[in-house]
Amino acid sequence: MIRQEPTTSRAPEGTAPLFEVRDLTVAFVGESGPVPAVRGLSYALSRGEVLGIVGESGSGKSASALAVMGLLPSSATVSGSVRLRGEELLGLSDRRLARIRGSRIAMVFQDPLSALTPVHRIGDQVAEAVRIHQGVSAAAAHDRAVELLDAVGIPNAAQRARAYPHEFSGGMRQRVMIAMAIANDPDVLIADEPTTALDVTVQAQVLALLETARRMTGAATVVITHDLAVVAGIADRIVVMYAGKAVESGPVVPVYADPRMPYTIGLLGSVPRLDRPGRPLTPIEGAPPDLARLPQGCPFVSRCPVNVPVCRTIEPALEPVARSDRRAACHRRGEIAFGRIGGAPVFPLPEIASAREESPRDGRPAVLEVRQLVKRHPITTGVVLRRRIGTITAVDGISFDIREGEALGLVGESGCGKTTTVMQLLELAAPEEGRVSMLGRDIASLSRDGRKHLRREVQVVFQDPFASLDPRLPVGDIIAEPLRAFGVSLDRRHGRVRDLLDLVGLSAEHANRYPADLSGGQRQRIGIARALALEPRLLVLDEPVSALDVSIQAGVLNLLEHLKVHLGLAYLFVGHDLSVVRHVADRVAVMYAGRLVEVGDADEVFGHPTHPYTQALLSAVPIPEPGTERQRTRILLDGDLPDPADLPSGCRFRSRCPLFARLPPERRRRCSDVDPPLEPRSTGDHQSACHWARDNPILPAGAGRSRTGRSDTD
Amino acid sequence: MGRFLLRRLVHHLVLVFVAVTLAYVLASLALDPRSRYEGRNPPAPPAVIDAQLSEYGVNDEDPLPERYVHWMGGVLRGDFGTTVTGGSINDELWSRALVSLRLLVIGSVLGAAVGVLVGVVSAVKQHSFIDRLFTAVSFFFIATPVFFTAVLLKFGALQVNEAAGETVLFYTGYETPGLEAGFWGTVTDQVAHLILPTLSIALGLTALVSRYQRNAMLDVLNSDFLRTAQAKGLTRRQALYRHGLRTALIPMAPLLAYSFGTLVVGATFTEKIFGWHGMGEWVVDSITRDDINVTATVALFTAVFVLFAALLSDVLHAVLDPRVRVTA
Amino acid sequence: MSLPTDPFLAADHRLVPSAGGRTGAPEDVVVLGRRRLVLARLRRNRAAMAALVVLVLLVVAAVLGPVTYRWITGWGYIGQDRTALLQPPSAEHWFGTTLIGVDVFAQTLRGLQKSLLIGFLAAVISTGLAAVVGAFAGYLGGWVDRGLMWLVDLLLVIPAFLVVAVLGRGLGEAGWPVLTLLIALFAWMITARIVRGTTLSLREREFVLAARFSGVSVPGIVFRHLIPNMSSLLIIDATITVATAIIAESGLSYFGFGVRPPDVSLGSMIAVGTPSAFTSPWLFMFAGGLLVLTTLAVSVLGDGLRDALDPGSTRRAGR
Repeated sequence: MIRQEPTTSRAPEGTAPLFEVRDLTVAFVGESGPVPAVRGLSYALSRGEVLGIVGESGSGKSASALAVMGLLPSSATVSGSVRLRGEELLGLSDRRLARIRGSRIAMVFQDPLSALTPVHRIGDQVAEAVRIHQGVSAAAAHDRAVELLDAVGIPNAAQRARAYPHEFSGGMRQRVMIAMAIANDPDVLIADEPTTALDVTVQAQVLALLETARRMTGAATVVITHDLAVVAGIADRIVVMYAGKAVESGPVVPVYADPRMPYTIGLLGSVPRLDRPGRPLTPIEGAPPDLARLPQGCPFVSRCPVNVPVCRTIEPALEPVARSDRRAACHRRGEIAFGRIGGAPVFPLPEIASAREESPRDGRPAVLEVRQLVKRHPITTGVVLRRRIGTITAVDGISFDIREGEALGLVGESGCGKTTTVMQLLELAAPEEGRVSMLGRDIASLSRDGRKHLRREVQVVFQDPFASLDPRLPVGDIIAEPLRAFGVSLDRRHGRVRDLLDLVGLSAEHANRYPADLSGGQRQRIGIARALALEPRLLVLDEPVSALDVSIQAGVLNLLEHLKVHLGLAYLFVGHDLSVVRHVADRVAVMYAGRLVEVGDADEVFGHPTHPYTQALLSAVPIPEPGTERQRTRILLDGDLPDPADLPSGCRFRSRCPLFARLPPERRRRCSDVDPPLEPRSTGDHQSACHWARDNPILPAGAGRSRTGRSDTD
Repeated sequence: MGRFLLRRLVHHLVLVFVAVTLAYVLASLALDPRSRYEGRNPPAPPAVIDAQLSEYGVNDEDPLPERYVHWMGGVLRGDFGTTVTGGSINDELWSRALVSLRLLVIGSVLGAAVGVLVGVVSAVKQHSFIDRLFTAVSFFFIATPVFFTAVLLKFGALQVNEAAGETVLFYTGYETPGLEAGFWGTVTDQVAHLILPTLSIALGLTALVSRYQRNAMLDVLNSDFLRTAQAKGLTRRQALYRHGLRTALIPMAPLLAYSFGTLVVGATFTEKIFGWHGMGEWVVDSITRDDINVTATVALFTAVFVLFAALLSDVLHAVLDPRVRVTA
Repeated sequence: MSLPTDPFLAADHRLVPSAGGRTGAPEDVVVLGRRRLVLARLRRNRAAMAALVVLVLLVVAAVLGPVTYRWITGWGYIGQDRTALLQPPSAEHWFGTTLIGVDVFAQTLRGLQKSLLIGFLAAVISTGLAAVVGAFAGYLGGWVDRGLMWLVDLLLVIPAFLVVAVLGRGLGEAGWPVLTLLIALFAWMITARIVRGTTLSLREREFVLAARFSGVSVPGIVFRHLIPNMSSLLIIDATITVATAIIAESGLSYFGFGVRPPDVSLGSMIAVGTPSAFTSPWLFMFAGGLLVLTTLAVSVLGDGLRDALDPGSTRRAGR
């Protein structure tokens, strides 16, 4: 199928494909009969080529990779054909396949913590990959392992090789996985969600490393991800999967510019983009079908805004799009061009509340004021043999405020202290140091009753919609719980639940369902409804969409936007995804190692970042458009966040700061001696904490969101 | 690590001390040594009984704290006091402790080792005939009380001996009294005595451990790191032995600590039924005989044994799992 | 990932109606409730179903058996048949008679009744105690946690058998409720630890945080969120404790520290029957067989329940 497409420039014309997958199907054993996971996937790769397989959870993308490697549990049934240089791999014995795995086809898994054996040393695990295939002595394999670890950027490799996986950070573990994968110069490299659990700066490092690995080994590479922006940056071709099937494929540039399958159009339209902040998002309504009971016809039909009767009866095959080397599985692929059909957009732009009247920021009262907040944690080691070995300062003197009707985005990587900050605020407990006031009342001075009373005013929506709702309670009880805690009568609770469900776009009948019966998007709406039950003034949003598939994320973001305008809510939006924060926030605070390094108006901070860390963060965020993405230069940071128990003197960022590395020694001294305070920058109340701060636009031109531009798009 | 174990030891010692104190107090309150003397024929004068009881430190007319301090003071000096009939506890203690320890140590090591083996085989061959067989047998022995297992074993031994025409398996005592058969003869004799009692406590432990081990191993079978090991080029079997086995052993360490308590109780039944003069038999007899000091002494012995098991399991856990090690 | 390793997860992720925005009820998706899923899974487990049937039959026999038997043969567990001393099973005495002519069948049923009663009661008490102690210790942390866990450690170090034997010795004929309490008192500690461990992870779960941040009280969180969310663990554990308690009771009675004559328990019957095991096996074989059958059925059912409630769990297989 796709193998007939002309190969891209990296491979010489006319050669047989290096790696070919044809009509691959995978089925698992379900509660009631087999459940198909992959339903006929085909692709081919030549040397050095990169294929991106994109899909949401349950699309079958990971199952297809495991099937190729022969790593599925024996209960799964696999059919079709997988050929490496013409040799059929499906149906080989485990012994024969083992000789190919790791030497000719290598794989990098998601979640590198559970993917490494916890009881063996890192060096031994890498050395094992060498020994299995190369028959060298233990000592030689160990030396080679250290070389490999060094090659993938593990500092101090010889010594770190003796460490255990739990002593490595997520990014470092992923480097180890890559070292094992390239140990034997594989022909094919499969990376299954290689950056999913990683922070954005670490993601940039790992993606760069994968690119290096590809160049070192010349391997044909398959990158499996849910992130369209990642594929835009590294892949030559893309396959979009939905409900176990490829629904669109082709070279990345034309697919992104002019997708033909409505699903692809919807996906691209629902991703918030750092370079187009004001653009409204088009959510794809509904959820993917239950694979155990696939409907007749096109699996996307129930979510497709342009479906026609034939879509309900006949499932479209993946067929060529006229005059191109692309394919799409849609009956109407011929009519669709550049996201429009018959002149109208395939996904109509949603109605977004018109911008609220903007009274000047200084005139609005502060909902939350934080001054010099400090929070310390004891550190302990060991699990069974626990002991306290010291104290770390997770939040070290941060100050910010949120005015009425305003959304502050608090961004930073994992471990920077943003979650600690949020938890400290939500506890409504007196801080160890510093001052927190909510609605003008100092938290430290509150009585027990006063504290409970204040709970009404600040509520929270959590990240994980699967964990944030008690699975044992029906939805109605979940939403009514805060009301119950405040002694609202049963009758009034019922009425309020109905209103709240309506407010978040669900119907009253959802009140009798259990969370397990609902999709991720619906659950997150229920989380929002619960948070709104007490009519708070401030909503803390802790990564509210990061656990959702992109197609669903857009709907929730639109709802949050709507609620903010209609209810005049203030948001504290905590996130690591800068594109999402860019979309939601009016103001931004960037956090690093327990400190705020840059604060200000969102347009200012994103458009004219002055702190080298903000600049690096922004540059690391991929943009889902191949043309733009490939022209960007990345500022890559070295290593991980510093150990909070052992921070560098002076500026905390200097151990990773690209600017510091370029400074002349006399200027460097200032960075290592003096801890830089937040100081005002060019305009407004834009502040950053850098001795040598300077404006450095990172995003492609036109990215700034001007006030006028904003009201246009809103 | 060493320092940490020391702290752990202190924590346990406090527990042992409190536990023994409680046992002594409870035994003093619930047991009534006076009744043994009063029921005698001819009746002894009350003053004589009082003097006798006070001498043994079990007179209920004397204040309890005083008796306790007296006894505990003796224990700290290595003197466990006298039995209710006036014999020295020390004389009996060590021989009985050795008898019990022989049973407990061999039984637990054997039980745990076979249990791990059975569990691993069961998991690797999940759903096979052998797995089903092991599962059925394990369930039988988990469900059967030790004293019933022991009676059944005795019953079985009788059949074996009858079939063999001579006594192959002994089911009374831990050696043939007065046997003079040289070194090897004695060893053979003791082993023949050991088999049934050891089996009767080891079987239950094996059954229990094998179920846990099977589950732990099944969990490992689905783990990501096993998949990585295979992706590197190991066959499933190789990956299982090189990466899976040790990880699956980790949950066994805490289990070991808990199961020792059960084991001690099991040993009590075993000793009683097979006529071993160990600690278990002693405690059952001494409770029946209203012997406070012996009861408290056995409580101490048991608590110390459980303490050692807990420490051993801590060490084992740290050896198996680098994640719980503490760098001092 | 699309591997349905855990059928529950698959249910969570797959069996969802067409979702997202304002769409109403699903068109053709049948949502299996958790309870139905569990029942379906349990029903497929043949061993567990057999164990359940056996258990129900045993309970019926224990409750209705004595009355029915007296009606048929006229014998109870106390009366003596002086014409039939130490007789093997016959139509008159189904399981034979003892040395003094007591009907063994009636005794066995009486013993079964006692064992089941003590087993179930002890399991309920011990599991309830474990749930409350473990959940409060885990949720509150700090000195409450340290204190309660110290108590758990202490009870684990105390030789339970010895203490129950010492205390149980002083109990009279009606002492079985106290005996039950004592057994329960020494059976909850390990479960409490597991509950505490689970609570430690649950209390960081977002639904618990959400409840806390919306003003729900500590007991409210413990009883409304924490304990219900451990119900599968607790159900499984209670089942296993039934078996443990029955074994403990019979062991104590075997040594004469538990149920006292003239009342009988399966344990005391085995004790009485053992000396003459080789000459008159009916004295203990029926009691022993029934005891093993009961605990076996309970254990197998517990195992099946775990498979159904908690697929993919690593915890304990029988205790």
